[in-house]
Amino acid sequence: MRKSNAFIVCIFLLLVGFTASLIDAGIRQHQAVSENASGTVLVQQLGLTDLVLFTEARYTRHPSQSDLHSAFQDHPMALEHFPSGSLLLPPQRMQ
Amino acid sequence: MLYFLRKQKYLIDYTLSSLLRRKGKSLGLLAVYSMIVFMLASVTLFSHALRHEAGLMLQASPEIILQRMEAGRHAMIPADYLQRIGQLRGVKQKAGRLWGYYYDPAVKANYTIMTGGQSETPLTNIIIGTGIARARGLDVGDYLTLRSQNGEAFSFQISALLDDKSELVSADLLLMSPQAFRRVFNIPEGLYTDLVLSVRNPREVIKVVEKLTQLLPDTRPILRDEVLRTYDSVFSWRQGILFVLLTGSILAFVIFAWDKASGLSAEERREIGILKAVGWETADVMRMKFWEGMIISLTAFLIGYLAAYAHVFYASASLFEPVLKGWAVLYPQFRLTPFVDGLQLATLFFFSVLPYIVATIIPIWRTSIADPDAVMR
Repeated sequence: MRKSNAFIVCIFLLLVGFTASLIDAGIRQHQAVSENASGTVLVQQLGLTDLVLFTEARYTRHPSQSDLHSAFQDHPMALEHFPSGSLLLPPQRMQ
Repeated sequence: MLYFLRKQKYLIDYTLSSLLRRKGKSLGLLAVYSMIVFMLASVTLFSHALRHEAGLMLQASPEIILQRMEAGRHAMIPADYLQRIGQLRGVKQKAGRLWGYYYDPAVKANYTIMTGGQSETPLTNIIIGTGIARARGLDVGDYLTLRSQNGEAFSFQISALLDDKSELVSADLLLMSPQAFRRVFNIPEGLYTDLVLSVRNPREVIKVVEKLTQLLPDTRPILRDEVLRTYDSVFSWRQGILFVLLTGSILAFVIFAWDKASGLSAEERREIGILKAVGWETADVMRMKFWEGMIISLTAFLIGYLAAYAHVFYASASLFEPVLKGWAVLYPQFRLTPFVDGLQLATLFFFSVLPYIVATIIPIWRTSIADPDAVMR
């Protein structure tokens, strides 16, 4: 097989994969509507406000509900205790 | 047209042969390039999907949450505030919420304890999230003992587990009856953690909040929009931080690619000289080099993107998990829903493919307009 043909076949296969990823995204988005329903119902029922991504401290578990300046709540010069604190931006209303 | 296509195929043939002559260097470049695209695409896809998921789920969160502040910190709010809010025009519903945190020394994890739910939970029963069940090895029917505020131990039977599909919002939740909550945390009747209000007309939310702050000056209202904006900024920041961390490796790649592309080796210069001497035009040399850049960057883009897609949406972004997990014991197991938009892909393509092609073309143009005799010497 000529090298250019082999290359075209490779690119074609990669493009098929690329298109498949877009189709897969579409299908899973469609499925997610029903799968997420249980989460949305729970959020509505319990009045949840935050995602369970960082559970180590109350201001990382509920960043939207935390006290103002909560990252430094122990005293104003306190150093950060948790690695997540260095990655979390203060809520929009405090900026 | 056919002539043009055939010419391009011959050029690709020649370019591939030229690349294969420097097999180690070319494959190394392709591997590093694909890795860079993989990292950038993983961060972009992950942050975008998480932001989208948070936006969709938290759309159902309360419109207004009212917290009472005491000495600048969140304090319990008396139930009579509900009466004081009274018949505020535009407020559809108002209720008190009871929730708090419980540190479980057995697994060194923080739980979020709440009351509420669809059915009334009996006093001695609790419903737990799948994160807690995993951490403590519990199932329906098992008992979990919590130590109350005044040292008493309360045993609760687990009556149900929360749906694992909702783990992103419920992994660390523990639901109990309001009476049990008050006994565990020693909170007297007539106090709530905060109040939630819903407003009939969304355009009146700001007006209602203004009235609330006048009526109850010791309270802080938190709007649903603020909750959503918080998550938007959290993920933008996280994505930004990851990009900053990646900058070092991206710059290293840029230097590598620039050096490879611009500092033409003597061998490559000789090759161009010979091509020109045997009759290739400057435009042909440029086209050949364009194909070289295109072959490497397009292949790297597609390999990197596909690997990132599989990593984020099929392997639950396992490479990012340690960063996200931090020091937390409880971490949800969730499979993100892929949200890929055109702008995201276009940005990734623009920043990964085009710079390489441009970096390749310019130095080649400089060499290929030179006299072949001078170049070969």
